[in-house]
Amino acid sequence: MNKVLMLGNEAVARGLWEAGVNVISSYPGTPSTEITEFASKYEDMYSEWAPNEKVAFEVAFGASMGGARAFCAMKHVGLNVAADPLYTASYIGATGGMVCAVADDPGMHSSQNEQDSRHHAIASKTPMLEPSDSAECRDFAVMAYELSERFGTPFLLRLSTRVSHARSVVELGDRKDVPLKEYKKDVMSRVMMPAMARPAHERVEKRLNEMTEFANTESVEMGINTVEMNSTELGIICSGASYTYAHEAMGEKASYLKLGMVNPLPTTLITDFASKVDRVIVIEELDPIIETQCIRLGVSVTGKDKFSVLGEFSHKTVEAALTDTKKDFIALEDEIPARPPVLCAGCPHRGLYYALKGMGLYVSGDIGCYTLGAQAPLSMMDSCVCMGASVSGLHGYNLARGEKAAEKSVAVIGDSTFIHSGITGIIDIAYNKGFSTVIVLDNSITGMTGHQNNPANGLTIKGDPTVSVNLEALAKAVGIENVRVVDPFDIETTKAVVKEELAKKAPSLIISRRPCALLKTVKHSAPVKINSDKCIGCKACLNVGCPALSFVKRENGKALSLIDNTQCVGCGVCAAACKFGAIEKGE
Amino acid sequence: MEVKNILIVGVGGQGTLLASKLMGKCFLQQGYDVKVSEVHGMSQRGGSVVTYVRYGEKVYSPVIEKGEADIIISFEQLESARWLPWLKKDGVLISSTQKIDPMPVIMGKSEYPESILSKISDKEVKLVCVDALEKALEAGTAKCANIVLLGAAARFLGTDKEMWLDIIKTTVPPKTVETNLKAFELGFNA
Repeated sequence: MNKVLMLGNEAVARGLWEAGVNVISSYPGTPSTEITEFASKYEDMYSEWAPNEKVAFEVAFGASMGGARAFCAMKHVGLNVAADPLYTASYIGATGGMVCAVADDPGMHSSQNEQDSRHHAIASKTPMLEPSDSAECRDFAVMAYELSERFGTPFLLRLSTRVSHARSVVELGDRKDVPLKEYKKDVMSRVMMPAMARPAHERVEKRLNEMTEFANTESVEMGINTVEMNSTELGIICSGASYTYAHEAMGEKASYLKLGMVNPLPTTLITDFASKVDRVIVIEELDPIIETQCIRLGVSVTGKDKFSVLGEFSHKTVEAALTDTKKDFIALEDEIPARPPVLCAGCPHRGLYYALKGMGLYVSGDIGCYTLGAQAPLSMMDSCVCMGASVSGLHGYNLARGEKAAEKSVAVIGDSTFIHSGITGIIDIAYNKGFSTVIVLDNSITGMTGHQNNPANGLTIKGDPTVSVNLEALAKAVGIENVRVVDPFDIETTKAVVKEELAKKAPSLIISRRPCALLKTVKHSAPVKINSDKCIGCKACLNVGCPALSFVKRENGKALSLIDNTQCVGCGVCAAACKFGAIEKGE
Repeated sequence: MEVKNILIVGVGGQGTLLASKLMGKCFLQQGYDVKVSEVHGMSQRGGSVVTYVRYGEKVYSPVIEKGEADIIISFEQLESARWLPWLKKDGVLISSTQKIDPMPVIMGKSEYPESILSKISDKEVKLVCVDALEKALEAGTAKCANIVLLGAAARFLGTDKEMWLDIIKTTVPPKTVETNLKAFELGFNA
């Protein structure tokens, strides 16, 4: 049987392999990460983790210019980082097929904003395909390479959480061997100086018109844009996950124009579809991009009057907007406490945050597991903007508020995020004679996205040993003289070091170093024990915010802390919080 | 056949993803169209997690809404309460008796509701309580509580038991096959 159940991301990786892709470079980002993880398991494709999305895109585009089929993947905000090469790659065009997958996160399951990456496709004048399930993830990936080479343009492949992280049935094909294209020097097409870029822009506009023609005609034969005629009372224009919701809710009570290509849009296909139905509704998550373009075409449509620009849809969203279906449900009368994500038991970030607590610091935060430290009870973050902004943002904060503020403020940034775009920030601080103190939370892994190796941990994507960035030497090389390394489980030393560095009228880099507790290579200690004779039930230990600690009442009325032995890994941070020595090492 | 809806809920890190993966494989082998929708990333860090499993002739939406689930498999009592509204009237709720305090309860900001399972049993649902953690420890490790619950659910899924055992054998890491098979049996007979 050639049919298997695959995650959308896994199916994209399969499509890359079948399309004969040779070079893959990505930076992890939910919900796009697994594409490259799965791709790295195919022996006959080169894959790598790049330090950031801009590098990843440029590596892939360089490989395309070098004549190979190439790929990069990132989350929606990652495309902002890679936007610079994207916009000019569009002018230069693809030699070997070039596809960049970008995964949006409507509803923000694991993101800091819910921007719509279709804006980048329109603005960079790059064609964009959008699959709605795993089968299409594979199919569209394969087709994107054929089209990329035929039209000589990079392609964007837009995914979203419910496509990337849903498993559905995929029929497998074989790998196609694609020979490397011959290299021909072509300065007019590839060196983008004004004199060359002006005719390149003209070519891009002409190509967009050709792509629109393709979208109107051939894309339908290829199954990219599809029309399903049922009842003509209502026509729905949709794409991606929204199509699955619309069809689930409306079935044959509506006709569908499903857009597998969301840039450029099929103008005549849309006007033709609209002429066959009584009314047209556009169902699209996030921004009214299809709707606005339909209106510009003079097609009378509605959409965002009933469908929000906020959050993720489901078939219930469609039912609620277009039908009077109501489903009864059962519920308990009790109030159900929320269960927000938390730092894991044994997480080294907890030790660092607990050490900083009570020092009255402004904490400039960043993107990663450690962002969870913003929540109570640790509450150790004042800001979180984007990858790397903790470092440069702290410098700005201190410029605004002066030397005294620099003595009471730190940036916290993970090892992978620091490599991604924190390095340029410390160069700025050192070069411009700042006083800021930056703490790198080095847990030897890219954590939040599910454990990817990175340039600082000495392992490649396949787990092979390689060189690693020496953070201490790097800081010295850019001109930061004060470089300290602490163990975040040693709370007292960590506190003392942070105080010393804050007092210096010079920039400092503190590396808080201990590997992620979830790494298989990490050896754990036995769970700690509560000594019930010493525990007075003051709950001070609960301030470390560990999920393995809770509070129970004993029969005789004396309240005690309780350790969950299935979670506790004996890190001892809670013991540091106990003034009565009631938390003891386990055996 | 009408599309069947199964919800798997728990706390990030409890192994809900393996249970849904096994289930998806099982329904595919029976020739159904299947969609399994998971959540990766942030909520995996100890948050409330949900996986939607849908199978039938043709499945469109990858998610399940309130009042639509035929079966809910819950790895934790509070999560049983949280996701109960997703169950159809007279649907089956298989709930582990395990309790894990969420951070607001640990901090004393909210109360963990009392007697959740007995309150649920008063509702119009079929409740099956499984001491999954104890049974998992009996099988060899707390980590296979997910397979104990899958075993308990298998009785309501109308699938041949041998088929489940085969899927477990070919899916889990070789070293853990024996433990997982034992866990499945303990759940199935619970």
